[in-house]
Amino acid sequence: MNIQYSGLADVNGPLVALEGVSGVSYEEIAELHLEDGTKRTGRVVQMEGDKVILQVFEGTSGLSLDNTRTVFKGKPLEIPLSTEMLGRVFNGAGQPADGLGSVFAEKYGDINGRALNPVARSYPRNYIHTGISSIDCLMTLIRGQKLPIFSGSGLSHNKLAVQIVKQARIADESGQDFAIVFAAMGVQNDVADYFKREFEQAGASGRVVMFLNLSNDPIIERILTPKCALTTAEYLAFEKNMHILVVMTDITSYAEALREFSSSKGEIPGRKGYPGYLYSDLAAMYERAGVIDGSTGSVTQIPILTMPNDDITHPIPDLTAYITEGQIVFDRNLDSEGIYPGLSVLLSLSRLMKDGIGEGYTRADHSDVANQLFAAYAKVQDARSLASVIGEDELSETDKKYMRFGKEFEQRFLKQGQDENRSMDQTLELAWDLLSLLPKSELDRMNAKLIDEHYRG
Amino acid sequence: MKNTIYAINGPVIKIRETKDFAMREMVYVGKKHLIGEVIGVNDKFTTIQVYENTAGLRIGEEVEGSGSPMSVTLGPGIISNIFDGIARPLTDMRKTDGVYVTEGSDIPTIDPERVFDVKVTAKPGDELTAGQIYAQCPETELITNYVMVPPNIAKCRVTSAAPDGKYKAEDTIIKVDVNGDEIPLTLCQKWPIRTPRPVTRRIPIDTPLITGQRVLDSIVPVAKGGTAAIPGGFGTGKTMTQHQIAKWCDADIIVYIGCGERGNEMTQVLEEFGELIDPKSGKHLTDRTVLIANTSNMPVAAREASIYTGITIAEYYRDMGYDIAIMADSTSRWAEALREISGRLEEMPAEEGYPAYLPSRLAEFYERAGNCSVLSGKRGSVTIIGAVSPAGSDFSEPVTQNTKRFVRCFMALDKPLAYARHYPAINWLTSYSDYIPDFERYYEQNVGEDFLAVRQEISNILLEENKLMEIVKLIGSDVLPDDQKLVLETAKVIRVGFLQQNAFHKDDTFVPMSKQLSMMRTILRLYHKSEEALKRGIAVADIIATGQFDKLIKMKYDIPNDKPEMFDEYDRSIDETIGALGK
Repeated sequence: MNIQYSGLADVNGPLVALEGVSGVSYEEIAELHLEDGTKRTGRVVQMEGDKVILQVFEGTSGLSLDNTRTVFKGKPLEIPLSTEMLGRVFNGAGQPADGLGSVFAEKYGDINGRALNPVARSYPRNYIHTGISSIDCLMTLIRGQKLPIFSGSGLSHNKLAVQIVKQARIADESGQDFAIVFAAMGVQNDVADYFKREFEQAGASGRVVMFLNLSNDPIIERILTPKCALTTAEYLAFEKNMHILVVMTDITSYAEALREFSSSKGEIPGRKGYPGYLYSDLAAMYERAGVIDGSTGSVTQIPILTMPNDDITHPIPDLTAYITEGQIVFDRNLDSEGIYPGLSVLLSLSRLMKDGIGEGYTRADHSDVANQLFAAYAKVQDARSLASVIGEDELSETDKKYMRFGKEFEQRFLKQGQDENRSMDQTLELAWDLLSLLPKSELDRMNAKLIDEHYRG
Repeated sequence: MKNTIYAINGPVIKIRETKDFAMREMVYVGKKHLIGEVIGVNDKFTTIQVYENTAGLRIGEEVEGSGSPMSVTLGPGIISNIFDGIARPLTDMRKTDGVYVTEGSDIPTIDPERVFDVKVTAKPGDELTAGQIYAQCPETELITNYVMVPPNIAKCRVTSAAPDGKYKAEDTIIKVDVNGDEIPLTLCQKWPIRTPRPVTRRIPIDTPLITGQRVLDSIVPVAKGGTAAIPGGFGTGKTMTQHQIAKWCDADIIVYIGCGERGNEMTQVLEEFGELIDPKSGKHLTDRTVLIANTSNMPVAAREASIYTGITIAEYYRDMGYDIAIMADSTSRWAEALREISGRLEEMPAEEGYPAYLPSRLAEFYERAGNCSVLSGKRGSVTIIGAVSPAGSDFSEPVTQNTKRFVRCFMALDKPLAYARHYPAINWLTSYSDYIPDFERYYEQNVGEDFLAVRQEISNILLEENKLMEIVKLIGSDVLPDDQKLVLETAKVIRVGFLQQNAFHKDDTFVPMSKQLSMMRTILRLYHKSEEALKRGIAVADIIATGQFDKLIKMKYDIPNDKPEMFDEYDRSIDETIGALGK
């Protein structure tokens, strides 16, 4: 029989304090029973002598200093895990939210996860085909990678995420199980519905596990949402040998929840009021992507975040990009020109692509083509800024060719339909069509032999 | 009375009213024996930072002192191994504890079971002083481990010595008499990580660390025993640059500290270095590399310690007379770990929440680099190359600015260059190296007498291009006079043909100094010949039409590293085609 502690010493935001407590361990879970018979869950976040501070997941409204009884559970926060979770919907704290009852647990997993020994990782090498030219060719997604999408309010990141989820195919199609874990943090109801509907229409909902924390749900639950999702993903990947794609949206809401929680704890803030440990906290989440030596499964992450005021130097995108293996960045100008997906090619990057493309993976010329497209598109920017000063007519012949290349690149290569699924060959041939708009002498990132083989005209 | 935990806040714990602990003492916390270090002592509380995850710890659990400061065991078997921030071997941990890093794991740094082939060089009766060598054993195919008298034994006399043979790390090799006490010495010694190992004296720096990277060796060289910083926003290629230096530089041993970075990067180093062959020795690169991995999801306090663990290991091998290069990736994560711990201690923050002692900690770290005459009488050096990850890519933030004060070589990585996929994205205008005057003699004797002059002229052309680009941005390049157009064309050859380097190309990934000089000479030859042609009234467009400029852009791929004679052919071709214009 566990001891029940009646009453609280202090209530402050999502935190409550208890006094006279003993025998409790750090990060242990507690249940708070209210007089009206309802139950809430909390976690130990600080201890000093006989005083314990708990964060309450469901929020503290309605709690008073004497209407609760608290029971400590003697274990960290665990969620039940099972392959039955596929097709189910849970709330941010991992409890069923689809009215289908609780999950019969094959095992329980501590949601905090543990740091993977770097020796036990194997380096991700196999690419995931998304059917989106810009991503496949220029920022290839690799199995086991964490590749975030940096977007802004009102841009089409959700559409892109859905398209990736629908079209994502593992390159070698070895028939291994592929599933999606979707974590929504602080998203609006409509957005959550949009994802649900799209997954159903694609006939994919049977292989999706959803964790939904909507924007009016408690913030402490929001802090738990990605942890629950990743614990599930790790279980399916490393114990059930499945390939798991984790889509998490919106990391900005998550970080803001963390800031709110930190400030109610009275911690010294770092940049823009975010806690000093934001980097470590985000890293603990993103680093759970990967491939483990000895397991055939993998966890690939696509976190989505909206950059406040489209500012890429804001702490959330900044710290994220320092941890993740590249980034896919949306460009508001392209988006408003009606180009979908309007990705800023020069700001985007996939760090792992160099080892997962080329001969044996995609096509031998892939890496040279990608480099040449990047370099050429960078020159387009120079030509455009010059044109805006002296007018397009005054440009040199070469610069005019670059202007044309830039336009065609955006209209034909970047732009594609929401259901258009391009093969790798289609994408690369299209790239050669575009590169052939430039004079041969401008193709300085590839050798003569390659140019002779593919250059048109 | 037992010392028990009174408060827990993340990685920081407190004990009330005790006088049993010394500042910086290593302690064991709780039932799991988590490793911690005392970071604050006063009459009310003793504060401890714990190097492992504190989840599950209870108030009232016991804390045991170790009686000694946070130390690392040094001995044969460190090279080609991978350790966590407090020097526990991760490969062994995987074998015993599975795929996750486990708390309270107490696997020793030096494998006590591994047998080494030891040659004992000291004889009974020998007088030895601190740092002198009494035995040696092969550690890897490349590195011989010299077993030294620990620096804290100033003087001793050998009373007995074991014969040559096979020994384990903790077997007694010799016994020595220190002021009447007989002490056994093994293959290992312990050293506190926060104390620099003593040397006889520092000696002036005079040799560059050759990395085979053109922009580094020819434009911003770093010294053996020097310090360098590589600052850059995300995606600019800090890690890639560090990997390239670690692979190809001519140090004897590389200590690679992955401090708060990605797990996959450490895996990549493990895999790649295991396959790559060192061009000089023909052995695997892992035979000269030590990895310290505290990935970003591992406990933050151990991140703070990992830098010191790495540099202590480097100093240990320096004392044997080796040249060591340390790659610290990234020092910003280390500074953030300091900030995080400082915040938990509720210390008064200075700039951007960093503690006020950040500059002095950075200085202490970089000052442990140096070219030294070591206690055994040999010469050894430690070079520190630290990556800096400025928040928001803003170089005015505290870590970058303070680092700049303590390093003499600054390799600034540039976002616009990285966007244009110009790699390595080291900006030749904002980067600098203070060491060039120190290398004058080295270049004269080993590279070429004209090296510094050639380098200067190349830099001048790049500088001139930068000025001209201001104009070009406003009015386009067509209106420039021909001599200025020639500068732009030449600068393009330098940028694309010389500064850009392809790490994935078999010849281009490492380029010897002699080829770097030949490339620069050939580019300048083309420039000078073209200038002459301009004076003869030839239009710049006609000079470019000869194709010589495009040819030089590709010479990095077309001329293999082992065929320097091909440059003569290039020179002849330049003389003939450009010389023939207008005749």
